[in-house]
Amino acid sequence: MDLHTQYLGLTLASPLVPSASPLSRSLDSCRRLEDAGAGALILWSLFEETLTAETESSARFLSEQFTGFAEADSFLPDHRDFTPVLDLYLEHIAKLKASLGIPVIASLNGVTPGGWVRHAQALEQAGADALELNVYYVAADPDEDGAAVEERYLALLSALRHQVKLPINMKLSPAFSAVANMVRRLEAAGANGVALFNRFYQPDINLDSLRLRPVLNPSTSAESLLAMRWIALLHGRVGLSLGATGGVHGPEDALKLLLAGADVVHLCSLLLREGPRALGRVRAGIAEWMEAQGFETLADFRGRMSALAVPNPAEFERGNYVQVLDSFKSATGVMI
Amino acid sequence: MSQATMVTLDGNEAAAYIAHLTNEVIAIYPITPSSNMGEWADEWSSLQVPNLWGTVPEVIEMQSEAGAAGAIHGALQGGALATTFTASQGLLLMIPNMYKIAGELSSMVMHVSARSLAAQALSIFGDHSDVMACRSTGFALLCSASVQEVMDFALIAQAATLQGRIPFVHFFDGFRTSHEINKIERLAHATVRALIDDDLVRAHRDRALNPDHPVIRGTSQNPDVYFQGRESVNPWYQALPGVMETVMARFAALTGRRYGLFEYVGAPDAERVILLMGSGIGAAEETVEHLTARGEKVGLVKVRLYRPFDPQRLVAAIPATASRIAILDRTKEPGADGEPLYKDVLTALAQAVADGERELMPRVSGGRYGLSSKEFTPAMVKAVFDELARERPKRTFTLGILDDVGHTSLDWDPAFRPDAATGVTACVFYGLGSDGTVSANKNSIKIIAEETPNFGQGYFQYDSKKAGAVTVSHLRFGPRPIRGSYLVGDGEARFVACHQPVFLSRYDMLDKAAPGAVFLLNTPTPPERVWDELPRRMQGQILDQGLSLHVIDAYGIAGRTGMGRRINTIMQTAFFAISGILPQDEAIARIKEAVKKTYGRKGQGLLERNFAAIDAALAGLHRVAIPDRVTSTFDRPPVVPAEAPAFVRQVTAVLMANQGDRLPVSLMPADGTWPTATTRFEKRRLGLELPQWDEDLCTQCGKCPLVCPHAAIRAKVYPEERLAAAPAGFQSAPIKGKDFPAGHRVTYQVAPDDCTGCGLCVDVCPIRDRQDPQRKALNMAPIEARHDLEVPRWDFFLGLPEFDRTRLDPGKIKHAMMLQPLFEFSGACVGCGETPYIKLATQLFGDRMLVANATGCSSIYGGNLPTTPYAVNPDGRGPSWNNSLFEDNAEFGLGLRLAVDKQTDQARTLVRRLAGQIGGELAAGLLGADQSSEAGIFEQRERIALLKERLAALDLPEAQFLAGLCEHLARRSVWIIGGDGWAYDIGYGGVDHVLAAGRDVNLLVLDTEVYSNTGGQTSKATPLGAVAKFSAGGKPTFKKDLAMMAMAYENVYVAQVAFGAKDVQTIRAFLEAESFPGPSLIIAYSPCIAHGVDLSHNLRQQDLAVESGHWPLFRYDPRKAAAGENPLHLDSKPPSIPYRDFIGTETRFSVLARTHPEDAERFLRLAQKHVATRFSLYEQLAHLAVAKQE
Repeated sequence: MDLHTQYLGLTLASPLVPSASPLSRSLDSCRRLEDAGAGALILWSLFEETLTAETESSARFLSEQFTGFAEADSFLPDHRDFTPVLDLYLEHIAKLKASLGIPVIASLNGVTPGGWVRHAQALEQAGADALELNVYYVAADPDEDGAAVEERYLALLSALRHQVKLPINMKLSPAFSAVANMVRRLEAAGANGVALFNRFYQPDINLDSLRLRPVLNPSTSAESLLAMRWIALLHGRVGLSLGATGGVHGPEDALKLLLAGADVVHLCSLLLREGPRALGRVRAGIAEWMEAQGFETLADFRGRMSALAVPNPAEFERGNYVQVLDSFKSATGVMI
Repeated sequence: MSQATMVTLDGNEAAAYIAHLTNEVIAIYPITPSSNMGEWADEWSSLQVPNLWGTVPEVIEMQSEAGAAGAIHGALQGGALATTFTASQGLLLMIPNMYKIAGELSSMVMHVSARSLAAQALSIFGDHSDVMACRSTGFALLCSASVQEVMDFALIAQAATLQGRIPFVHFFDGFRTSHEINKIERLAHATVRALIDDDLVRAHRDRALNPDHPVIRGTSQNPDVYFQGRESVNPWYQALPGVMETVMARFAALTGRRYGLFEYVGAPDAERVILLMGSGIGAAEETVEHLTARGEKVGLVKVRLYRPFDPQRLVAAIPATASRIAILDRTKEPGADGEPLYKDVLTALAQAVADGERELMPRVSGGRYGLSSKEFTPAMVKAVFDELARERPKRTFTLGILDDVGHTSLDWDPAFRPDAATGVTACVFYGLGSDGTVSANKNSIKIIAEETPNFGQGYFQYDSKKAGAVTVSHLRFGPRPIRGSYLVGDGEARFVACHQPVFLSRYDMLDKAAPGAVFLLNTPTPPERVWDELPRRMQGQILDQGLSLHVIDAYGIAGRTGMGRRINTIMQTAFFAISGILPQDEAIARIKEAVKKTYGRKGQGLLERNFAAIDAALAGLHRVAIPDRVTSTFDRPPVVPAEAPAFVRQVTAVLMANQGDRLPVSLMPADGTWPTATTRFEKRRLGLELPQWDEDLCTQCGKCPLVCPHAAIRAKVYPEERLAAAPAGFQSAPIKGKDFPAGHRVTYQVAPDDCTGCGLCVDVCPIRDRQDPQRKALNMAPIEARHDLEVPRWDFFLGLPEFDRTRLDPGKIKHAMMLQPLFEFSGACVGCGETPYIKLATQLFGDRMLVANATGCSSIYGGNLPTTPYAVNPDGRGPSWNNSLFEDNAEFGLGLRLAVDKQTDQARTLVRRLAGQIGGELAAGLLGADQSSEAGIFEQRERIALLKERLAALDLPEAQFLAGLCEHLARRSVWIIGGDGWAYDIGYGGVDHVLAAGRDVNLLVLDTEVYSNTGGQTSKATPLGAVAKFSAGGKPTFKKDLAMMAMAYENVYVAQVAFGAKDVQTIRAFLEAESFPGPSLIIAYSPCIAHGVDLSHNLRQQDLAVESGHWPLFRYDPRKAAAGENPLHLDSKPPSIPYRDFIGTETRFSVLARTHPEDAERFLRLAQKHVATRFSLYEQLAHLAVAKQE
């Protein structure tokens, strides 16, 4: 089976692309992902906060341990000059490039166009094949309107675009009033692809301490439907690459997204739970389905169920809503 | 002779350098002031620095010094070159093995930074008490007097032990030498190589246990041969002085530095001679040079090798003309008629005279000096020579104190200065521990001593506080080596710096200033107004001494340049800019280089902001125009209020003013007994902000007093009518809830001088203003506007009555926090994670607590002078506290329990016997009292009061005996408190035994997961993958599960708590533990600055620890098992956040991802799995069916 796909201007041997996760920290698991059939690899995200926090904490807790105690002039050993996070990340890119055949995509996570965007150049020089920009932004300020939020994304993208020639992928949240329009504007501003959609840590309340805590629950297959709808709506209407992320737990989920028009499908929760081999199972499942369906290449079926390709595209829009409501049945004993 | 390399380092580093170079196995255990030697050795080995033979020494931390000595004994018997470092109690713990090691003629050198022993009190400072306790072990005792000698003698001892087979204690004065920074010549590897004979190393190995050539050692010998065996070693001891001389001669040939076993300096025909060993030689030699230059016939014998003692060589070193001799001992042997060196020298002289080897028997005096690093100055040495010149010198005397009890002390002239002081530039800096003054000064010494031909010396004084510790740095620079082994004295400093403006009204800093000196002051006050802010006395000193005054707004500059509150490089720049020690441009360039070295690759931003601060410091320095007269109208306020108790005014206040040296012997409690409740007199005003209560928003939950580490925010319920006398602005609200009587109000009040501004009370406050969610029911606000208003409010609050304890339900936080804390205003760190637990215990049980406290942070903030945080209630009751040792705390506490139980038992017997006389009803009430509640205890105390009255009226011996015992009829709560170093490591044997013993004691383990007090060394409580001292590569093993081990006994109440994660569970655990009539163990998670996290996040870290599964909460109550229920109850949920999210917030873990990324990931994976499996194990245990016990 030929699973080749075009993504961010790169030719990938497979549409299965592990998204940013701790799995990418180990050279070994990256190799195993490649062996299992990953088409490319997105590295764990380099956080804006990490870069600044590391500087501050290493200054305070290592370089400047001013105790003033007779019995202790320090608490933590600080006799090794260590490599800053950014340098480690760059070294890791170089190592991956040397040992993997698949493209390596670096990932930046931040919300302000601060100095960290400058680091993009270093990522390019280190050999990254593309950059993913994850704007992890919750528009919580009631005085900030939607236009301002969109401008934030565009400004960040422009800042990055000025730094590098690499393909740039924007990882978006679903919280836009006009997703399709936003994607088009990002394309105009220089984005080479979008990943739909980012998942946020949701704050939860600790009932013992009455404090908030961040929680990230693993995704479920149900979540992939959100991305599927938007990819189906965008496929063929925009020129940039479309990546589907969130809720891919088996070949069925992946196939649906590809049918909707995704160029690549990202995997995360599944791989974290079951390890790199799970990617191989998804790949095999896709191949098996293609064989059964008589498809030989990915291009044979990619986008076949997009809004442009189905007889009633409104089903991806409001009509879909009515159907779902109709199909909902309440649990026994619950009055609604 | 090899090319000399000059280096600037302290005594500990000098010793560790040779020890690491010449050994293969290094077993260590932290103890002040020797910990740094182990830390250096560990650091070098972790950086793969090889020893002389190209192998990296194995450094292993043991569970105690006794363990380290055992490991070394084994390593020596295994044929390795082995060493250890220790001091004080640690050395005492090694003594049993020292007999073995010496008895087997094993070659080794241990390095000891000599320190006082715990007697009437513990002291971390220097004297020879510990080494003197080792005189009979058979170890050679070799004493270094300076940093250079530490390095030289460490090598000489190593060479001599290999040749002479006698093991060595190489010692030097704790702090004065171990922590003094000096410029010395580093011994080249070639020199070390030349002095260590590999044939002797081979001979050492050949003596090892080896199954290829089996022998047996450590036999048991009987009356027939043991004695002869002990005598068999004499030839080696007789030979060692000669061996030493040979080695010293070879050393001299290699280095040019010539040493002797006893060295004489002074007039060849001296009449008056003193002998001593240790750092005091520096002061003594300066004095002898000064006096001989003026024709006085005086001399000094420097004692180097004290054991084996060579009387012939000693006598030969003393000029035959000497008719008056004083021998100075830095130790005390109560009950002896003289200290050890004195007695040895006296005996040697007497024998020499008796044998006809010496004509004249001089008049010999013995003096004690320098205990616990007491100052020993040239003026004191001169006082000894003056005393020797008297017709009848005192036979026994003391130096450096005023002994108005035994009248032993000699007077001295503090104005005396030896010639050596000429040409030396002395500087003194007053700073806070947290402002980086000490590290900046260490850096300045290095700059001056390493980059110029000048010599430099630095010595640093610290107070005993952790929050707001005051440091005084004493620096000397000059063209010749600096031997002055004493502080910069009054009138000596050419430069005085005050890094904290608040010190102006606290310390007489300018007493140190020499005429014409420079005074540098950090102050936000503009230069033109500074003069008016100086106290009268200080203005007078500036005018009288012709001082120049320079000011800089270091905090302002730090704020503007992104340095936050870090003023170290700013003040350092100012020092170089105006002291004139180095050309300014050169000095600035050197500071910038040092900054580069400090921050390395860690961040360009850090470099940039430091450079900006340095440049801004130069621009921000101003010289103040001095008026021609004193204009100030104020002076330093009294240290304590006039109404303080007499003892506090006469003694405590003097200590607080940093004038403790002036206190005479008569004012010292002879048996170490001090009053409690004295921190309330020490108003330190550390906070920059205070919490502001919003009584309308507040729901009165009580969480803020619970989390406060310093008991600086309190709650009280009181009748409304008391408000009539309240000062203006006193805040109050009607008490909420049906539990309280009508007409009562509540106040949450901050202690404005005692709050450290940590902000935990605001952090924990769950109530937000719905209109303005940034605002809570408590909010931090700058102290300036609030302080003076809150002082009278706090005083009024203290005067309000305590609410009746018997009407409160301590299981509810709100109620428990109405109980008076009897642990307040300690010197613990800002945001300390330990003290809230102790405070809680004193609220719940303080009026009946006996506390056994292991040595460590909790004994320092709990019992270090000048003041004591353990307090008393209005009835005068409160915790009674003692610190025995580090290693024996559980046993010590058990002893308290046994004493209480035995006396209670006797009292009950007597009550029974005297029932007819004291009244049957009273007797029955006393014997049958239910004291399980506050009300029950109250009623029993009432009965005891009545009993006392009735006993007083009875003229019976038994009645009087009962009167002395009857207080024990009231419930006593024995608490055994300490850190993880004690409970998991050094004291674990005792903890285990006490838990097994089944007696009613409560063990509270304040688990910071490292040895916090000595600087964050690894303990068995340190978690997997955490970086700590001695685990620079991350601890490779899991944390010991102390709770599980204790639960295995089945008769122990065990709780694991974290007050910041689940406060109700913590309180429940304390109440259950105390009520359990057997042993209880509470393991309390205690975030610590050693974790590398800002303690304003103390509560968040506890939450993360619990939610990640790092710190599961549970209680194991054997009473439940007896009732047929499962005794284990889990109080926290299964791990709900990734372990990475917990460890990512603490530098102790996160730094490993930078230094050892692969290991960090591996440890993380293991830890993630571990927390899940351990929780699952607990869960399974908690769900096992339990049969009801018979």
